[in-house]
Amino acid sequence: MSTILIIADHRDGQLSTATRKTVRCAADFDADAIDILVLAEDGAEVAAQAARLSGVRRVRYVNHPTHAHPMAATAAPQIVAAVKAGDYSHVLGSNSSFGKDVMPRVAALLGVAMVTDLMHVTGAYEFQRPTYAGNAVDTIVAPADRILVATARGASFEPAAEDGDAELEALSLDVELPTHTRFVSTDTHTSERPDLGTAPRVVTGGRGVGSEENFRVIYDFADHIGAAVGASRAAVDAGYVPNDMQVGQTGKIIAPELYICFGISGAIQHLAGIKDAGTIVAVNKDEDAPIFEIADYGLVGDLFEVIPALTRAIG
Amino acid sequence: MKVLVTIKRAIDYNVHIRIADDGSGVITDGVKHSVNPFDEIALEQAIRWKEAGTVDEVVAVSIGNAACAEQLRTALAFGCDRAIRVAHEEAVSPLTAARTFSALVESEAPDVILMGKQSIDDDNGQTGQMTAALLGWPQATYASTIEINETSARVTREVDDGLETLDIDLPAVITADLRLNEPRYLKLPNIMKAKKKPIEESSLEALGVEADTSLRVTHTAAPAPRKPGVMVDSPEALVSELKNKGLL
Repeated sequence: MSTILIIADHRDGQLSTATRKTVRCAADFDADAIDILVLAEDGAEVAAQAARLSGVRRVRYVNHPTHAHPMAATAAPQIVAAVKAGDYSHVLGSNSSFGKDVMPRVAALLGVAMVTDLMHVTGAYEFQRPTYAGNAVDTIVAPADRILVATARGASFEPAAEDGDAELEALSLDVELPTHTRFVSTDTHTSERPDLGTAPRVVTGGRGVGSEENFRVIYDFADHIGAAVGASRAAVDAGYVPNDMQVGQTGKIIAPELYICFGISGAIQHLAGIKDAGTIVAVNKDEDAPIFEIADYGLVGDLFEVIPALTRAIG
Repeated sequence: MKVLVTIKRAIDYNVHIRIADDGSGVITDGVKHSVNPFDEIALEQAIRWKEAGTVDEVVAVSIGNAACAEQLRTALAFGCDRAIRVAHEEAVSPLTAARTFSALVESEAPDVILMGKQSIDDDNGQTGQMTAALLGWPQATYASTIEINETSARVTREVDDGLETLDIDLPAVITADLRLNEPRYLKLPNIMKAKKKPIEESSLEALGVEADTSLRVTHTAAPAPRKPGVMVDSPEALVSELKNKGLL
């Protein structure tokens, strides 16, 4: 049996979908109790959202000015203090950039190993995770006599239901925080489009799109079907789109119901990001492109001719 | 200033891996190995600092069996001043690697430990953060630009919703993301010269490091295959298929 602490991801007062999925993952650990820790400048609102998640016992929130911009250096010692105070057997984060940054620091401070990207949990101390860009799956057994620290792979879990009513608790932790790491700025891209990480429909473009200007065609098509927009590493490297749109082994790993890609050849590292999609559609003018090996529907053609025809046919 | 760059020997990114029939793991014998691509980016960054006069000494370190000397030779061919192999026959966990690198700090005293953000074999992405934690140092992961001076660094990081910039005091651990730089192609004379340079040897025992073997991989399998797809011959046929499945 497990007593689990989940570290919440949130932004602008909104609990992230990644955390809802992590809660769903936690339930598979033969969980006695699932608690959520919210570190925020003012966490009451996020904590209230977390308290509605099904299966959660308690939401503990720590208000501190340093959490206005969460940083591993200051978050990790507070998480460690909360873990020790709460007698937890498991500590879970999501595989967001924050989760991936902070959880290894937490594990090392606790003196334990860590598991990245849980994709399937079969018991309190037995689970599976992908390696080699998702081309292999390891089954791992962890020792029951020490704390298990892990991140959950969002693409592998549905979000937890919202029929819960967990207890809220403001927590104050007496931890000295380091001053060696200082937030300077963020440069984020706000978009009216659906979120790439969680949208049910995703449209992406690759090097075949050819330029930043040509990417307009991809955006317009995505808007026509209400999809989020992503890109291959090649398109990001070429400067067509910003880095946060990258889908793949080292970018975002997504699992939409419908994935349509244009001008993407299908490098191993890109396929790693889309393998869990419900239906994969590929359009590429090279009939030998490896993307066709994984696609459910393939169409050989020039994307600049195919997209207008698709738009017309959809109506 | 002195930089320690960590190097992992990994199956080359172009290789389609094969999994042993008995589920014992990924077949590595007779398969091309290279420097983990993210470590190569870290290496390139360190050498650029050296060429610019910002850094005086760059030391490469790898943990592994005799074969990883090949990757340390690559590091020397890039222009590293020294290379250290921490001998260990089995693959090490990120926690063991972090313990090793933090133990090396005692003798090497680097101002920066530069690493790749993850290795493309295990895809863990833990070692940099763990090393920073064990040393009590700042960490700046997923770096896409680094400005560095004697006492601090300003690092821009690739995060889920864009870019984030942090100031960190040195010494620190920084991990390289894809767009930090494009590693150079090595010139043959440099590769030849690197063959003659010595590789220093250490070991977990000599460094007083206890290997962490707490997580046991009991089985390795190929992922569940996707159902074979179909090719359609027109945009209209594609839309009709997707509408029939209720996807549009």
